[in-house]
Amino acid sequence: MALQSLDITRRSATTTPSPSARQTTEVAKLIDISKCIGCKACQVACGEWNDLRDEVGRHVGVYENPADLSAKTWTLMRYSEVEEKTEEGTRLEWLIRKDGCMHCADPGCLKACPAPGAIVQYSNGIVDFHQENCIGCGSCVTGCPFDVPRLSKKDGKAYKCTLCSDRVSVGLEPACVKTCPTGAINFGSKEDMKQLAASRLPDLQRRGYPNAGLYDPPGVGGTHVMYVLKHADRPELYAGLPKDPQISAMVNLWRGWLKPLALLGMGATILAGFFHYVAVGPKEIDEEDK
Amino acid sequence: MNRPADAIQRHDFADRVMHWLTALGFFLAGLSGLAFFHPSMFFLSHLFGGGTWTRILHPLLGLFMALFFFAFALRHMRHNLLDANDRRWLANAHVVMAGHEEGVPDQGKYNAGQKVLYWMLVLCMLGLLVTGFFFWRPYFADFFPIWLVRLATLLHAVCAAGLILLVLGHVYMSIWTTYSIRAMMFGWVTRAWAKKHHAAWYREVGRQ
Repeated sequence: MALQSLDITRRSATTTPSPSARQTTEVAKLIDISKCIGCKACQVACGEWNDLRDEVGRHVGVYENPADLSAKTWTLMRYSEVEEKTEEGTRLEWLIRKDGCMHCADPGCLKACPAPGAIVQYSNGIVDFHQENCIGCGSCVTGCPFDVPRLSKKDGKAYKCTLCSDRVSVGLEPACVKTCPTGAINFGSKEDMKQLAASRLPDLQRRGYPNAGLYDPPGVGGTHVMYVLKHADRPELYAGLPKDPQISAMVNLWRGWLKPLALLGMGATILAGFFHYVAVGPKEIDEEDK
Repeated sequence: MNRPADAIQRHDFADRVMHWLTALGFFLAGLSGLAFFHPSMFFLSHLFGGGTWTRILHPLLGLFMALFFFAFALRHMRHNLLDANDRRWLANAHVVMAGHEEGVPDQGKYNAGQKVLYWMLVLCMLGLLVTGFFFWRPYFADFFPIWLVRLATLLHAVCAAGLILLVLGHVYMSIWTTYSIRAMMFGWVTRAWAKKHHAAWYREVGRQ
């Protein structure tokens, strides 16, 4: 939905500036994985606030439920069992990560989208899908470095976490943040969230996680959903969180370079043809041949 | 000009039907594809009933084009095999483009430039046809890993740009070479036309 109180900095498939006279504070959600107990209250809150109820699936012997993100599941707890070698022997760690849209500063979905205004980025950093403009091509899926957007089987439109842009626009925190019983999810200005993360790290490092750190990947310009990871040196331990996510070079070539160049080529070809005609004239049959 | 009694048949009725259906497919698939190619051309989606309809129709229009193109291309493959004669023609392509034909070898049903165009068209069409399936949503894209979807998307756009450039060239050549369009519309050419543009072909069929 279009939110008038949130100005837009970027709009998909649009080459002129969007309404952006105001600059709102850049926000971020900080998910401190070391405090998460995997209760899934955030998943429930997300469904509650957004009026979503996914199909009841089948239990397949793992904790993930439902099995994957979907058009109706915008956030999902992912559970990884990891065996860590330490001085005292092998230590089993249960790493739990709340998966969902990372709200990249440089969003691959928005870059890939061909439908004007189907994806917008507000000046506070939230990346939002406007389904009424979505044409259902799935380019956002192709462009996303985190495998987040999902096409609905019901209406063919793409859906993902909105960072509760409707709540944020009226000064509320996202539903998952409000409901988290352990305070593992925090919300505020991006600056504050970075400081909060920094204040958390010495404790974790003292407690035997020397590589604890903040996940705010620079390859996508930083994200507006950040993690505190105990193993920040190996984010892929957390259900395949990418170590250095970037918009794929193939997507950049496709959207960034090829298309304008090809258009230029087409224009040049038409002009070249016209002036060839002007210079050489039609290739006619000589009089004597007739 | 009415068909002269001694006119030579160049394209039979089936060829003409296939050619113009391919052309129709090209225009429809091309315009619907260009709508997604660059924001400046999204307005083309209005021709097809809006963005969502354009997305739904584009692959079907592409299949329509490919069907008639390959039916046409298979019928004419034997006329489009390149030989040594063609190498000499291609070396002199700049002379041909300047409107002269001295020292350029006589050409069969298709000249070397047309043959090169033929094979490049086949390449682009095959590229479009194959890569299109990899990101055809919602039906096929989910079966492939994301890197393959990305690669296919990129190659699809490359082949599309290539095809459009080739067709622009093809259309211009048909305008430049007078009476080519009449030949593709009604099927026949005059003896003088055949002799001038395709002398070897004229010797082969003109005697009848």
